[in-house]
Amino acid sequence: MRFISDSDHKRVPCYRVLDDNGEIMKFSNYVQVNKEMAVKMYSNMVTLQTMDIIFYEVQRQGRITFYVTCAGEEAVNIASAAALAFDDIILPQYREPGVLLWRGFTLQQFADQCFGNTSDFGRGRQMPIHYGSNEHNYFTVSSPIATQLPQAVGAAYSLKMDGKSACAVTYCGDGSTSEGDFHAALNFAAVMEAPVIFICRNNGWAISTPVEEQFRSDGVVVKGQAYGIKSIRVDGNDALAVYSAVHTAREMAIREKRPVLIEALTYRVGHHSTSDDSTKYRPNDEIEYWKMARNPVNKFKRWVERNGWWSDKDEMEVRSSVRKQLLEAIKLAEKEQKPPLEDMFNDVYDQLPSNLKEQERQLRETIKKYPKDYPSDVPL
Amino acid sequence: MSSNCFKRFGGKWVSLVSHRPFSTSSSIQNVPSDQGLKSLNLFSAINQALHIALDSDPRAYVFGEDVSFGGVFRCTTGLADRFGKSRVFNTPLCEQGIIGFGIGLAAMGNRAIAEIQFADYIYPAFDQIVNEAAKFRYRSGNQFNCGGLTIRAPYGAVGHGGHYHSQSPEAFFCHVPGIKVVIPRSPRQAKGLLLSCIRDPNPVVFFEPKWLYRLAVEEVPEDEYMLPLSEAEVVRQGSDITLVGWGAQLSIMEQACLDAEKEGISCELIDLKTLIPWDRETVEASVKKTGRLLISHEAPVTGGFGAEISASIVERCFSRLEAPVARVCGLDTPFPLVFEPFYMPNKNKILDAIKSTIDY
Repeated sequence: MRFISDSDHKRVPCYRVLDDNGEIMKFSNYVQVNKEMAVKMYSNMVTLQTMDIIFYEVQRQGRITFYVTCAGEEAVNIASAAALAFDDIILPQYREPGVLLWRGFTLQQFADQCFGNTSDFGRGRQMPIHYGSNEHNYFTVSSPIATQLPQAVGAAYSLKMDGKSACAVTYCGDGSTSEGDFHAALNFAAVMEAPVIFICRNNGWAISTPVEEQFRSDGVVVKGQAYGIKSIRVDGNDALAVYSAVHTAREMAIREKRPVLIEALTYRVGHHSTSDDSTKYRPNDEIEYWKMARNPVNKFKRWVERNGWWSDKDEMEVRSSVRKQLLEAIKLAEKEQKPPLEDMFNDVYDQLPSNLKEQERQLRETIKKYPKDYPSDVPL
Repeated sequence: MSSNCFKRFGGKWVSLVSHRPFSTSSSIQNVPSDQGLKSLNLFSAINQALHIALDSDPRAYVFGEDVSFGGVFRCTTGLADRFGKSRVFNTPLCEQGIIGFGIGLAAMGNRAIAEIQFADYIYPAFDQIVNEAAKFRYRSGNQFNCGGLTIRAPYGAVGHGGHYHSQSPEAFFCHVPGIKVVIPRSPRQAKGLLLSCIRDPNPVVFFEPKWLYRLAVEEVPEDEYMLPLSEAEVVRQGSDITLVGWGAQLSIMEQACLDAEKEGISCELIDLKTLIPWDRETVEASVKKTGRLLISHEAPVTGGFGAEISASIVERCFSRLEAPVARVCGLDTPFPLVFEPFYMPNKNKILDAIKSTIDY
């Protein structure tokens, strides 16, 4: 009689390409990234950083109600997006705005969503950072954890049945892996042979819960095999490793009609959200270490610079240009009208049912009677 | 319960033609004439609707636990053979996975027809239905929708189902803007309503009265037809009291109406059919005529959908009411096996409530 051990003797290795100095490690096997792609990736990372800094500040000034940064996870965001094709369908969690940025969602569109104005695709119905864009094949973010994962399997199955050369790509965090939907999704994906890539950003923390209190397995990557899914652990702070892993996973998923699980080891440098103070539950030096020594943007920058593709001047130009564009976008977004009252009732169904028509009529009468009870910036 | 009453039901439709426009009213067709009628039970009528749905739309899929071999209630018989295993397939035993998968499939422009084997087991999928399917269109500003999703689930008493094969969970879903809840009372209704649900551009939960799967037999048009959603039907005209119900309960109420008639009480019976968004106008018009209302459902009385109907009608018809609104429903216990006959809102409980409402 022999019980299978609760864990392997050795931890699953982590695939890396760049060392902490941004040098390609010896014997690295990776997908080449050319100058144009590398510069675009780095510029996007800088844009994402700048966006986070400014929106965070704008929230602190009370001008938007909420914000979530992806500080520390810029490489997972941008490098995974870069390795995909535009036809691939993204079902995000909420800490992947970089994927949408990469696909061409404009700074103005980000700002419009955060301010919930009339240009927000979501018609001001959801909290800031719940982005979504049909034209960018990026499903609208919803707050519940892991619900997007089984949906991605359904989307992937559709792509397969339609004979598309594309896959569905869905993101989650380490906390998500405890949800039933995570396990449902992996199992369905394997059984349905769905071309879907699961990218789990294992950033160490689910709000205040560290991974040690989340699961006892060797991280997330080992869960794939139990479901019959090819899986890889990758250094999520190494843009070249993420790019290579996602690029390869995509080819496998589409060619072999099967799911792939990627565990990207990273760190949530920022607080969970603007409603959280993470210094209450984790040491400052831990945050500092990941912010400075393991910074994914700096690491990638060293490699890009080493290739002679990037200079201090480029850096200054991008940072100041993004900052300027963003401040302008925020100014416009803040000034723009809120969506009209009718948008409160639209889109519950494809057409207004009679109960909603009646409630809208009653509400309008009440507003006429007590106009001061209601925000004046919502057009009636 | 005898099957005679269902057969009797067959020839009594007042109107099957849409007279109130709603979302899909433009696509609603009349029921074909009486030619081409065939005697069918309810599971076979469901099966016909699924055949038509898959045949008329190559992007329609049927999936769930054990659907491949025909399903535990035989509703999916023959589908996999005819349409192939990639369009009709078993899923792992995981309700949240089934609905999550269905939402993703529907969001890509397909008709995703998901089966939950028993309504009693729908709760693991509650989050996917309530937080995801119902809000998919709204939260994206109509950029995305999963309107192609239809969730079928057998519900209700069956005589021996106990806690977990008998529940009527419709009220939970009636509290959720963004989905529709539809329950048919007979084979003919089941076929036409299910096709409407599958083709409706909104996610729908379709509860099938499992007691009637084999028991209810009715003449059903063989051709394709759709019945309008959000439209109640006056199944029986009357002048003294209005009875409102849905699903399997309709036949019990019909029997109570017949017995009441013998005692000189004229009952108007309404099948609500769609619970949200519901046809308040038809119920309101009837109560304004009769001055009395009785609602009956199998689900526990407290917080049941009967409470919503009662409150709405009292709000609108207070001065026309001759008596308090009566509710004859399941009791506030878990669904009990041995005690099922005591729990159920049976004919005599309804008859008694009719009489005391009349005598109030």
